[in-house]
Amino acid sequence: MFEATRLECMRGDSRLFSEVGFLLEPGGLLNVRGANGSGKSSLLRMLCGLILPEAGEIRWNGVNIRHSHDYKRALTYLGHLNGIKEELSGLENLRINCGLAGFDISEEAAIDALERIGLDGREHLPVNVLSQGQRRRVMLARLLVARTPLWILDEPLVALDADAIGLMRSLFELHLENGGMLIMTTHQELEIAAGTTQEIRLSS
Amino acid sequence: MNMLAWILRRDLLLAMRRKSDVLTTLFFFVIMVSLFPLGVGPEPQLLKAMGPGVLWVAALLASMLSLGRLFAADYADGTLEQMLLCPESLALIVLAKAAVHWLASELPLVLMAPLLGLQFGLPGDALWVLTLSLLLGTPVLSLVGAIGASLTLGLRGGGVLVSLLVLPLYIPVLIFGAGAVDASTSGLGAGGHLSILGALLVLALLATPKAVAAALHISLE
Repeated sequence: MFEATRLECMRGDSRLFSEVGFLLEPGGLLNVRGANGSGKSSLLRMLCGLILPEAGEIRWNGVNIRHSHDYKRALTYLGHLNGIKEELSGLENLRINCGLAGFDISEEAAIDALERIGLDGREHLPVNVLSQGQRRRVMLARLLVARTPLWILDEPLVALDADAIGLMRSLFELHLENGGMLIMTTHQELEIAAGTTQEIRLSS
Repeated sequence: MNMLAWILRRDLLLAMRRKSDVLTTLFFFVIMVSLFPLGVGPEPQLLKAMGPGVLWVAALLASMLSLGRLFAADYADGTLEQMLLCPESLALIVLAKAAVHWLASELPLVLMAPLLGLQFGLPGDALWVLTLSLLLGTPVLSLVGAIGASLTLGLRGGGVLVSLLVLPLYIPVLIFGAGAVDASTSGLGAGGHLSILGALLVLALLATPKAVAAALHISLE
């Protein structure tokens, strides 16, 4: 169970949002909406623990995430930065990112995930020769192998083509059906036919 | 494989893919040290007296060159953010990154130093002490430098600021490092100086990773 109460975020002297709260149960999807600059990314980074809230509390299974020992193992966060190294291949990036997140995957599993996300034949190419959409796919391939219950995704569909968006949608649905939780921002309308959906609208 | 092993493997792989970075630091060191004998003339006594200081100052400046790369690239592409979310303690991750930085950027200088010491006519004993002092002192440079690199992340003109922040903190290492070689050539024995360098290394190993971890949290807010 993931819960936030009365969160407030200050950037410099201006208040981005306040009194934001929600309760997310297993199988729950939370859509964060709002105009550009309304604080969506800041809210997601706050929920990861990268930004300290000015006020309010974030709890994972009843424990504040700052004191929780298992929160980081339960979380997969993909931000608007790709979090992959240009000099390394897609395969190396995926295995290293998974290793750093606390679960090792075999080379076969990594190649399989990259093939499923549409990068077959390009697993061994350095990422800097791939297109923007393909780089996003290298990053998103982690979701195919992650066993974490909580996904926090900042604009996961940016730069993806229709096929990849379809794949992401079925992946999200599977995750929710298996009792996972998903928090994301997106400017695209995405019909997700699984779990329970709630929405937060941030106004600037 | 545990998470620290993944960090070590990742950073070593990156260092191998970017050999030019490693080589520029090394050649900067070689060229800078070689300029001094050309500039001050071939007087043996003078060169012998200057040698340890010149080699040590060049090592400090060369290590400044590579500090910017310690966290900046990871910060820009978002991998640093992912490291903060890694279940492993951030201080240990910092230690692993500093270790690879030392292996890739400082160890080549240490290995090259005795050869360059010959240009200054340093005797065999002094060359040994020089290498030993650099072996003990350069890890301190990597660790202390990591504090400066983490505090200046995301700032424009961070490179110059790092030098201003970090070079004063390098002074004790410089004094005891160059002092060890001087003490050895004047027959006093380098034991005391080397012990202090060792103590500085232990202190840096214990204190800096936590400080860097705190600075990284602030930089990424």
